[in-house]
Amino acid sequence: MNIRHRRRTVVAASALLATSLTLAACSGGGDEDTDSGSDSDSGSSIGTDPDSFEVMTANENPTLREQLDALAANQCSAENDALPLEHRTIAQADTVQQITLLASQGALPSHFIAGTDQVRPDGDLGGGGLVLDYEEAFTESGAWENVLPAAASTIESVYGQMVSMPYQYNLEGFWYNKEILAELGLEEPQSYDELVDAADAAAEAGYIPIAQAGADGWPMTRLMGLYIFRNVGPDAMAQVRDGEASLTDPEYVAGAQALQDLALSGALGEGFISRTGDQATAALLSGQALMKYDGTWLLSAVNDPERNEVGEENIGFMPFPDVSGGAGSADQYPANAGAAMAINPETYGPLTADWFACIAENYGQQALSDAGVLSGFAVNGDVGDIPAATADIQERMSTIDETVLWFEALLDSESNSLASTNVSLLTNGDMSAEEYMTQLQESIDSNR
Amino acid sequence: MTRVFGDRKTILILLLPTLSIYVLLKVIPVAWSLGLSFFQGNTLRGFEFIGLDNFREFLGDSAALNSVWVSVGFAVIVTIAQVTFGYLLALLYVFVLRKGSAFVRTAVFFPMVLPTVAVALLFKSLIAVGENQGPVNDAINAFGGESIEFLASTAGTMTIAVVMTLWSSMGFYAVLLYTGLLDIPEEVVESARMDGATGPRLVGYIIIPLSLPILLSSIIFSLNATLKVFDSLLALNNGGPGTTTAPLTLYMYRTAFEYAEYGYGSTIALALTLLCLVFTLVVFRPSSKRVED
Repeated sequence: MNIRHRRRTVVAASALLATSLTLAACSGGGDEDTDSGSDSDSGSSIGTDPDSFEVMTANENPTLREQLDALAANQCSAENDALPLEHRTIAQADTVQQITLLASQGALPSHFIAGTDQVRPDGDLGGGGLVLDYEEAFTESGAWENVLPAAASTIESVYGQMVSMPYQYNLEGFWYNKEILAELGLEEPQSYDELVDAADAAAEAGYIPIAQAGADGWPMTRLMGLYIFRNVGPDAMAQVRDGEASLTDPEYVAGAQALQDLALSGALGEGFISRTGDQATAALLSGQALMKYDGTWLLSAVNDPERNEVGEENIGFMPFPDVSGGAGSADQYPANAGAAMAINPETYGPLTADWFACIAENYGQQALSDAGVLSGFAVNGDVGDIPAATADIQERMSTIDETVLWFEALLDSESNSLASTNVSLLTNGDMSAEEYMTQLQESIDSNR
Repeated sequence: MTRVFGDRKTILILLLPTLSIYVLLKVIPVAWSLGLSFFQGNTLRGFEFIGLDNFREFLGDSAALNSVWVSVGFAVIVTIAQVTFGYLLALLYVFVLRKGSAFVRTAVFFPMVLPTVAVALLFKSLIAVGENQGPVNDAINAFGGESIEFLASTAGTMTIAVVMTLWSSMGFYAVLLYTGLLDIPEEVVESARMDGATGPRLVGYIIIPLSLPILLSSIIFSLNATLKVFDSLLALNNGGPGTTTAPLTLYMYRTAFEYAEYGYGSTIALALTLLCLVFTLVVFRPSSKRVED
């Protein structure tokens, strides 16, 4: 009985091991397939047109789909007749998973949203030649002149190569309520200390000083990151990436400490940890809050009379101010170009190239006139009357010499996620500034 | 007929379709996942055989070990609470409400049919704080207390998660245990009563021992369901604050699908499977002997 039982166990164990090894061998085969796929793609070669111009966007970004539809119906109708536009959508949170799956099946659409890490030169897509570095191709087709140099520079900084179409070009800073600031007898803060004083005055007067969306994580790390950029200088996070500095250095820890102090002083208002982005925007535009740090994508809400109860003329925009004694400057605005929208080199045939050329030529004017969205494309043609806030942002954009990224921009995806998730522990005082930065630096080091 | 079903070939032919589907849908994916845990990478980058490195990494990964504690802590607390409250409700149905328990049973069971994400959003709105105070904080304010931001702390988030899970699943265990109590012969209960056993003595000496099999099944169901908790904690506070309430399932999801590390994700999945197996055996082995006795 025992012998039979033991024999049965051995047979079962052998079968399990054999199955595991067989499957493991199959998995290993995937490696070879991927390698060979990578070798065959040069990364800049012109591909073959598919049957349609398939664009995969995030569910959360209807504006891009609407503007592309508008182009397909008007300025790009000839391109659309030759290669009809088709939309596919995915949840932005599922991007890495879905794109990894599609790319491994050779089923990437012509134009698709991708994860920041994926499209970098050492990323799964960027390293495998599965995204087009379009500068050369656009230069050949003449479309490159429609990509604004500042937007191109930002894309190059974030992704390490020109692999994302600049449908957005955003600056970041504090949106504030001019009426409340005047009521408090204050001018636009020019230094971080003045910003803290203004927050204190607003809190005493019963306003939410800075309405940040703690539930989203990143609006909090932006405040910390900007303090670090102003304190250390515009290359602060590049130094960390390159191993020349550590987040545990005192000047970086000071950034985390500044955020914790700001939060614990009540400057972010009651319940900021569970506050959502929409609630934060509503607080600013309904006159409950003095300030909100956000991007210029907020322009569509500021320009919308139904959402903006205090009136467009009462909302101002200012940069994150100087930190006294810091190496950075308030002139160095953080800039970004939205989520990565990559081009599939395998389907970059002549008809697809025409589509991209048409988008580059017309998107800037279309999006600005129709949705008040500022993009990284040149505005070719009349856009009518532009709201004052939009004009102000345009003016700032035209005068900027140097931009900075955001705190997590150069971090790997795991550290990026950790920065956002742990920030609530930092702001509620459960984690010290040193602990926060130490954990983050450990994550960065382990993912190098 | 007996000869037909006694024939091994017939049994094999009849079982083959179901067995094939089972192997295809269950055994192969599990074996595949087991195989992947010895590799690093993803379908796009390719896979590299790394032997037991993923297992070594798991044992030294503080985030993973924290997730294990979150899963185990949540499972133990919720299981104790939901089986206890479920059993008390079942006793209430049988011995107090009797035939009039149908409405209460339905009312307590009702939250079970709601999607867990909807339940989490409901509880979030109940405990909201800040510009829109929820009813819970309104009540606290009414008694002179200051608003509490439950989701800002680990203890607060876990408390809400436990209460939420209890509210939504207690009715299921109540009904499950109620059916077990109905199986206890009326004569046995009456005899015990005639012998003077009433109230807690009746429950302790007669009802609990006789309903032990269904009670243990409930504990095993509950442990396995709560060890695999995912959507409710994700929707409630995204595993936060920080990652202090992130269960193993959420850590596995993030590793495999957000960081595209399928090999390590499979290792975490295997750890979760082993955890479920260990808990089931710990509850089942001694109890099965006792039931047989």
